Amino acid sequence: MELIHTGKAGTLESSDVLISVKTHPENKIEIKLKSIVEKRFGRHIEKLVRDILDEMQVSSALVDVDDRSALDCVIRARLETALYRGAGVQTYHWEEL
Amino acid sequence: MKLRRTMLYVPGNNPNMVKDAHIYRSDSVMFDLEDSVSVREKDAARLLIFHALRCIDYETTETVVRINGLDTPFGRDDVEAMVRAQPDIIRLPKTETPEDIQMIDQKLTEVERQAGVEAGSIKLFAAIESARGVVNAYRIATSSERLVGIAFGAEDFVTNMHTSRSKPGTELFTARQEILLAARAAGLHAVDTVFADISDDEGFREEVGLIKNMGFDGKSVINPRQVGIVHSIYMPSVVEIKTARRIIRAIKRAEQEGSGVVAVNGKMIDKPVVDRARHTLDLAQASGIYLDEIEEEEING
Amino acid sequence: MANNAAGRDIPARIKGLPEIRPFEGAFKNTPLVRKQKGSRSLPRLNKIVDSIEQAVLKSGVQDGMTISFHHHLRNGDMVLNMVMDVIANLGLKDLTIASSSLTDAHTPLITHIKQGVVRRLICSGIRGELAEAVSHGVLDTPVLFHSHGGRARMIEAGELQIDVAFLAVPSCDVYGNANGYTGPSACGSLGYAKVDAVHAAKVVLITDNLVEYPNTPFSIHQDHVDLIVPVDQIGDPQGISAGSLRMTRNPRDILIAQYASHVIEHSGYMEDGFSIQTGSGSISLAVTQFLRDVMLRKNYTASFALGGVTGNIVTLHEEGLIKRILDVQSFDQEAIRSIAENRYHTEIDASYYANPHNKGCATNKINVVVLSAMEIDTDFNVNVLTGSDGVIRGASGGHSDTAIGSGISIVVAPLIRGRTATVVDRVDTIITPGETVDVLVTDHGVAVNPKRRDIYDRLKTKHLPLYSIEQLKQKAEKVTGVPEPVQFEDKIVGVVEYRDGTIIDVVYQVKD
Repeated sequence: MELIHTGKAGTLESSDVLISVKTHPENKIEIKLKSIVEKRFGRHIEKLVRDILDEMQVSSALVDVDDRSALDCVIRARLETALYRGAGVQTYHWEEL
Repeated sequence: MKLRRTMLYVPGNNPNMVKDAHIYRSDSVMFDLEDSVSVREKDAARLLIFHALRCIDYETTETVVRINGLDTPFGRDDVEAMVRAQPDIIRLPKTETPEDIQMIDQKLTEVERQAGVEAGSIKLFAAIESARGVVNAYRIATSSERLVGIAFGAEDFVTNMHTSRSKPGTELFTARQEILLAARAAGLHAVDTVFADISDDEGFREEVGLIKNMGFDGKSVINPRQVGIVHSIYMPSVVEIKTARRIIRAIKRAEQEGSGVVAVNGKMIDKPVVDRARHTLDLAQASGIYLDEIEEEEING
Repeated sequence: MANNAAGRDIPARIKGLPEIRPFEGAFKNTPLVRKQKGSRSLPRLNKIVDSIEQAVLKSGVQDGMTISFHHHLRNGDMVLNMVMDVIANLGLKDLTIASSSLTDAHTPLITHIKQGVVRRLICSGIRGELAEAVSHGVLDTPVLFHSHGGRARMIEAGELQIDVAFLAVPSCDVYGNANGYTGPSACGSLGYAKVDAVHAAKVVLITDNLVEYPNTPFSIHQDHVDLIVPVDQIGDPQGISAGSLRMTRNPRDILIAQYASHVIEHSGYMEDGFSIQTGSGSISLAVTQFLRDVMLRKNYTASFALGGVTGNIVTLHEEGLIKRILDVQSFDQEAIRSIAENRYHTEIDASYYANPHNKGCATNKINVVVLSAMEIDTDFNVNVLTGSDGVIRGASGGHSDTAIGSGISIVVAPLIRGRTATVVDRVDTIITPGETVDVLVTDHGVAVNPKRRDIYDRLKTKHLPLYSIEQLKQKAEKVTGVPEPVQFEDKIVGVVEYRDGTIIDVVYQVKD
């Protein structure tokens, strides 16, 4: 999946996460994580984000994650939404999600 | 039989409510992808509910998703996603004709096949929210094997009828009756419309009392606080429970003795009476009435 | 035989009596009176000094001493900072600050700590930036955390000797009669200050509302007061009390409160004449509201409510549902109004409230207490001091005092906050030992301490979602995932004293 513009999803409400993705100028993956549970879940969230990018075959992305204590399934939903939006893709591959 | 006293409405793009909507102990939770989600967030809500249903354990609470109509740009994607997320029920809004149901039935069958999901496993609830829907109620109720219930949506209905909602609800009377008759004739559940003023507990109690007496199985609720109120009104009385228990005991005894005819207090017991007794005991149990205590009371006089 | 100052012959010895001290003149041994009757100037009858600096100098504050404050002005307190600024300017060092608690208002203490003015803190809790700094090791000596009852105990036992108490008072006369419920900075009860006033070697009152003598009814008595400093303002009313605490609309809090009220109703401890302490959290407020319904339905009244008092307790009192209020701390405007107006809304001091070693404290007479928790573990130990990141952000308060004193102690908390579980294997810091905690009520279910089989048996038929605490822990973990453990340094930054004076836990410096 290729990002053609900035994709944003989520909110800063409690239990949600605001994620924005855009293509990385150096063609790599970079994750900027801000989380109110960073000390206890920071590494876990970063790995989750990396895994999802991998599953979605995204190889160039600058990912901004502003986490308000979201559960994994919420982070996944918001990141996938942001990626689909950023890639301008409207046909979802539900089998692979 | 499954109880549907309360169907708790949960906005589909709100993670804070979606993450544990079942804790309020409603019989069903209904994740809404339709009216509570803006057009720009339809994709986000769909993905959120998709993953929530796959990851979160809603325990014994029935999960319902209200999708967008198939005549909108979002309805087909909603079906694609939800068949794979497998809620117990999909609720179709603004149902007006049997064809609306047949269309979604076909779409469900098609996606079930593609996704390798057991055919017919996803059940349907039809929401009737217009004069046309009310007039077609029985034909809608008998249009698909998947249907388990009909929900009444009064907000759009009153607009369609050129009126507005009043406290006594006279403007809804015929529609409620039609929907109930259709549901009962087709053997489906009937769930009443929401009561919007969450600060008016008294008005809410009155309305729940009314629709319970009319015969509705339950009500759509928009605030978790309303759940307990509905359940308390649907709670059977001790006398009703005792009678129901006598009937069930008599039936069991008759079965053991191989006797065909059963009577309690000189009255013949037939199948509808037994079904009703079972329903009363289900309601009692779901209302948290501890049957052993009633037993003790019976023994101790 | 010698003439005394009154010209009478008094024998030097009288059989059966100790040595006789002959009268030496009316003024000789009573220094605090007018030296000449009829003089219109009143030397020594006026304890007022012009500035905090004079008060600090006259009260004899010296390097290494222990000075005390109270936290009744909560986030609005200005007095601690004013006094400490003066002390710092005078070049004093190595002081111990014994404040009944420390709040967000006390961030400036960080500078005084770094500059060596303050060496040690003794308090119920710390919040905000000061708490962050303490958790990151700004002090060489660990903070001593005590409960409200424990503080009164250590003062009365002489373990905490206060050299000078600097007590903010919302109203005061020239001779030191002070109360908390009149004046622009009214805060209600002065329950924590009362103990310091009685036991400190020197007592300085600081007020922004000097009133006519005698300022009755008074909470602090003139006979304990050395000096009085009038200032422009002792506190910011916005921070002193919440305007009026409104019933929460949060469905999760309401659900927990409904379960808690259901637990109380069927626990065996709610009967006509029962007593209760709830508290000021939004869940606690809702519990009080639901209990009101139960009391009306069952035609019960409560004999008394104890503790930190809020407006909805006052409402029940004024409706006749709670006969008496014992108030050590008034949380909102309504409570402040009521303690001034209502005959049976009585101010009590911290020792009367909860000192475990006096001859009888009020927490021992409580039937039902509703408590909060940041964390609770599967042994029912409760942490209300350190957050999920290991940083100090709370206070011991009356938690352990009421948990043990009450007939049934109920902890109310959401099972999960964001993605942080409240029920864990092992709490970071134990404030209240699990053997004194009876029931945990969460939004996902209720757990009864296995020690309280009696309560479990009464609740099991009452349509409550009863689980074991291990089951609740598993439910939470299934949702949140397993967090990484918090990393700590070896340095101890806090010592938690249980109310009886023994040490129940320590707090370590957090690693960054």
